[in-house]
Amino acid sequence: MTTTGPIRTIGIFGAGKSGIAIARQALAAGYNVRITTSGPAERTALVAAILTPGAIAVDGQHLADGTDLVVLAVPLRAWRELPLALLAGRIVVDVMNYWPPADGILPEFETGRPSSEIVRDGLPPDARLVKTVNHIGYHEIEELARPAGSPDRVALAVAGDDTGAVALVSQFIDDLGFDAVAVGGLAASAVLQPGSAIFGANLGRDDMLAAIETAGQRS
Amino acid sequence: MEIGAFTFVDVALSGGVRPAQRIPELIEEIVLADEVGLDVFGVGEHHHPGFAAPAPAVLLAAAAARTSRIRLTSAVTVLSSDDPVRVFEQFATVDLLSQGRAEVMAGRGAFLDSFRLFGYELADYDKLFDEKLRLLQKLSTGGPVTWSGRFRAPLNGEVVLPRPVQEPLPVWVGVGGSPNSVIRAAALGLPMALGAVGGLVAQYAPLADLYRQALEQYGQSPQPVAMTLHGFVADTSQKAADVYFPADAELHNIAGAEHGVPRVTPADIAAKNGPGSTYAVGSPQQVIDKLLHHHEVLGHQRTMLQLAVGSVPHRDIMRAIELLGTEVAPVVRAEVSRRTSDATETVGAAQ
Repeated sequence: MTTTGPIRTIGIFGAGKSGIAIARQALAAGYNVRITTSGPAERTALVAAILTPGAIAVDGQHLADGTDLVVLAVPLRAWRELPLALLAGRIVVDVMNYWPPADGILPEFETGRPSSEIVRDGLPPDARLVKTVNHIGYHEIEELARPAGSPDRVALAVAGDDTGAVALVSQFIDDLGFDAVAVGGLAASAVLQPGSAIFGANLGRDDMLAAIETAGQRS
Repeated sequence: MEIGAFTFVDVALSGGVRPAQRIPELIEEIVLADEVGLDVFGVGEHHHPGFAAPAPAVLLAAAAARTSRIRLTSAVTVLSSDDPVRVFEQFATVDLLSQGRAEVMAGRGAFLDSFRLFGYELADYDKLFDEKLRLLQKLSTGGPVTWSGRFRAPLNGEVVLPRPVQEPLPVWVGVGGSPNSVIRAAALGLPMALGAVGGLVAQYAPLADLYRQALEQYGQSPQPVAMTLHGFVADTSQKAADVYFPADAELHNIAGAEHGVPRVTPADIAAKNGPGSTYAVGSPQQVIDKLLHHHEVLGHQRTMLQLAVGSVPHRDIMRAIELLGTEVAPVVRAEVSRRTSDATETVGAAQ
């Protein structure tokens, strides 16, 4: 397959379950992929060689070099440990969740604001943050990916304040094998979070739009 | 190929079975599993109202006294929030009771209740497990242990007793799919149990490869891989579906409500049981075909079915254990050993 947009190279912080699944789909779609873990270099290299063949294992300080898009796929409790200054000027994709039953209470996310707004505030001001992918199970990413136009294709919601970044990420999502549904800015990104109508629901585009509309009327 | 079953001892859903009834039933199920020749039975630690197994070693001790051949394991022990010294003492005791049939399967835990209950910080989620796993491995091999770490008092030449029948006491690492956990198990030279909770089994094959390559890279000898999965056997596929899918959906919806995920129907769960999936729910022949497909993809040495997810009646679990032991396991073992000896012959011929 070939990539369809101007994004050619992506970097992924976190070679855990979701980071690996995104890397594999991106590689299959023809992207160049750079990936890093918090562990020692030889372990990152082994993980990349076997789980994401074709991806380049790098250390965190060099993850963003030459990338058009950087994915944050670490546990949310660890996100502030990332070298965030390196994300200046970049498109950044937040696939993380604030999910207390799974990760415990994180006081900085207990404000009631969407978690991605809090992440955005911790990034360099010119980083362009987009939230997506977080609401599908990591082990379903590869299973549910379909070519464009497939009748059973699942949709992924995309939220971001920079419409240009949202458009580019939407193209990336389409290449991964999912319909992208833009749902507004990060202020609206609560519709992607745990407890929402679309979280873990694996809906097609029309059903997703309907679910979001119904939820909006209720609230 | 070893074939077994495991459970979290499901209780109290939709006014279901009380622990006082369920636990004696469980012991009868393990006794039957032993009689029909299953290789291993596991009990998984949870500290949650839906399950009656916060203390697996106690349940396994009762089973040890009533069984003679089956191996008895936790599935898993939430080692992060326990004391490795105490875990060792308990499972070494089960090993003595069972005359060498006890195993510990150590995991980080997917539910967080034990962290709250025992006062551990989630920020230390992985560090706790890493430190305690290393200590448990040290204890399992015997001899005076000198050790110090962050999360418990140091040990200064302590001999931790009782010494088990098996030296070392088998310690498996339960892995949920995190590559770092896979590599940790391999680096320590410990056998790995891969929790294949759903999706396609092919998605888990790279993790088994990663484990085998990491064993080699870290200079460890080959170790067995176990696959743990959702499965159920009944006389017909219809019966299996009628018993299994509503119970799994009910548990999913109770846990899901706590986790903020949408409700599912039994049909949604049934959809997870498709070709190539990790789920193995059906008639004996369907489950045979599924387990053999899993083996083709993963090349693992042990397979363990979580027979009850949610409230499944005792008589249906008993029948499932009987069918698994008498109809499924013999066919799967024979076919896998044929495959393995074919492979050996091919290698021999090539030389």
